[in-house]
Amino acid sequence: MIEIKNIYKSYKMGNSSLQVLKGINIEIAEGELVAIMGSSGSGKSTLLNILGMLDVADEGVYKLDDVLIENLDETLAAKYRNKFLGFVFQSFNLINYKSALENVALPLYYQGLNRKLRQKTALDYLEKVGLGNWSSHLPSELSGGQKQRVAIARALASQPKVLLADEPTGALDSVTSNEVMGLIQQINNEGKTILVVTHEIDIANMCKRIVTLKDGVILEDKKVKQVLIS
Amino acid sequence: MNSLKIIFDWDTWQEIFGSIAKNKTRTIITVIGVLWGIFIYISLSGSAKGLDNGFERQFENIAMNSMFIWAARTSIPYSGFKVGRSPQLKIQNATTLKQQIPEIQFIAPRNAKGVFGSIPAQVVRKNKSKPYNIYGDFPVYTKIATKKIYDNGRFINDEDIKYERKVCVIGERTQLELFEPDEDPVGQYVRIDDVYFKVIGVHKFIQGGGFETDGDIFIPFETYRKLYNTGDDVDWFTIAAYDYADAVAVEKKVKQTLKRIHRVSPEDERAFGAFNIGEVFTKIMGFAKGMTFLSLVVGLATIFAGVIGIGNILMISVNERTKELGVRRALGATPGEVRMQIVLESVFLTTIAGIFGIILGSFMLAAINLFTIDKTDFPYTNPTVPIPLVLGALLIMVTLGTLIGLIPAQRAVSIKPIDALREE
Ligand SMILES: Nc1ncnc2c1ncn2[C@@H]1O[C@H](COP(=O)(O)OP(=O)(O)OP(=O)(O)O)[C@@H](O)[C@H]1O
Ligand SMILES: [Mg+2]
Repeated sequence: MIEIKNIYKSYKMGNSSLQVLKGINIEIAEGELVAIMGSSGSGKSTLLNILGMLDVADEGVYKLDDVLIENLDETLAAKYRNKFLGFVFQSFNLINYKSALENVALPLYYQGLNRKLRQKTALDYLEKVGLGNWSSHLPSELSGGQKQRVAIARALASQPKVLLADEPTGALDSVTSNEVMGLIQQINNEGKTILVVTHEIDIANMCKRIVTLKDGVILEDKKVKQVLIS
Repeated sequence: MNSLKIIFDWDTWQEIFGSIAKNKTRTIITVIGVLWGIFIYISLSGSAKGLDNGFERQFENIAMNSMFIWAARTSIPYSGFKVGRSPQLKIQNATTLKQQIPEIQFIAPRNAKGVFGSIPAQVVRKNKSKPYNIYGDFPVYTKIATKKIYDNGRFINDEDIKYERKVCVIGERTQLELFEPDEDPVGQYVRIDDVYFKVIGVHKFIQGGGFETDGDIFIPFETYRKLYNTGDDVDWFTIAAYDYADAVAVEKKVKQTLKRIHRVSPEDERAFGAFNIGEVFTKIMGFAKGMTFLSLVVGLATIFAGVIGIGNILMISVNERTKELGVRRALGATPGEVRMQIVLESVFLTTIAGIFGIILGSFMLAAINLFTIDKTDFPYTNPTVPIPLVLGALLIMVTLGTLIGLIPAQRAVSIKPIDALREE
């Protein structure tokens, strides 16, 4: 599903430049649930953003579902993101003046679906994350766990090939973290390819594979025995 | 999605309503800026139009390109004559003037009793008696100054002149003062300076016709001549030039010709007097045009300031919404779609503001009209803004709204989504 080869990325800081990724190679098959681990500043988010086409690598090859991702302009990147990728952020990033349902329906709007279909699909996904009764609530009326579940529903609504989650449990307590990870496992079991950035080993262990970054290179890449949430 | 489809897509507008409704205070304050602008524009240019109409009404019963010419006293000795001589206008001068000055459309010699210091005539009807001004007129006079005659009456005609008929057209006030309220004066007789005249019409008095009043009595020029023994003398000429002619130039030519006929020095500026309505009218209309132009400039400048305000607020709003726009782009909004949304927000706000401004401005004009409608002496009539000007204002606002919206729109897409998302 995902194939990256020799990904390099550096940030310019004034005159000097900071080499963040120094040759990353990963292959991720369809249906995998991969945790990306590493200490703060190790480049986890940078890697995920490159995979999410929010950022571009300086060097290297990126193939998504056998499509070579190159020469991205903003418009094309937006279309690919809309079609292939779903995002879940640590800080939820829901639009605060839109109801849960409208938030979930938003990527469908950019897909050009008609309103009826959007509403119906969005409601389906809200129900899937157990928030069918909360569709008309604003984000401010939801708990952190509920917000993240709305965000997951939103990421799924456009039926992406890959779900990218950057510390989805970073802002949640352990009980709600487990709920959210349970949901992610459930979605993964239905066949969705998912990448989860985390620096908590407990969360990483709920995935099927752990990739550990250190100083811009892959320190370790191993399959683990998944800790299932009931 | 192409851009036309975006504009006509209900969902686009829902997105825009959503983000506009999100911050009502911001929206209202923004809207007020432009609303104020268009309000000023509409009320100012409407008022200017009202003033324009008002001035025009003041002159509606006299030809725009007309003038009065009379003889005064010479101020330069010439061909054996001393200073201070009073040339006497003659009826024959009218023919000469008409022949020599092709720009003259109509020329009406007039005589009058009761104006310019002469004593008015005593007019008697049964036991009632009052002094009134008497004018000796040709029918052509009505070609220059409209005389509205009440039903079943008429003005002096060529036959009256030819047969020196003793007929008269009286004024509204004359009727009121000499006749009983239920009496029809037409066909009745009045005694003007001891001669019986048959009333042939009552003229409706219209404000603004120079020195004429609602009591004036018009009689045929020839009858007047007989009655007062004026011979060929004429008190003054009322002259109308063709529309294409320049009234001031015609006045000059007329004076020049009169000077030649009456052997007055060509340099003598005082020998003949003139009141040039064309000139006055041009000046007043120039003033009204200036007012219209000024109101246009002030109005447009105010609108412009309002639109700048919208741009400013949208700029702030775009900065506030950096993260939201980042999220939208992560979810698949293309830069074009983001830009379009901001521009449409701008256009929507300006248009809404514009429409409300037009409505308020119209109310204002209606109110002003209500207060001035029965003041006929106040030069202000029917204040309106021509539809093209209103549509033009709306078009300008949509255009300005688009242009000004492009700035925040460009700013919104100039931030990379990754940076927008990082924003806290
Ligand atoms: N836009 C940027 N400009 C400059 N430096 C950046 C930028 N983004 C990231 N960096 C730097 O790159 C390095 C890697 O950042 P990144 O966000 O990928 O780390 P991370 O592994 O996600 O860390 P954390 O666990 O704290 O989220 C850090 O040193 C960071 O300061
Ligand atoms: Mg990070």
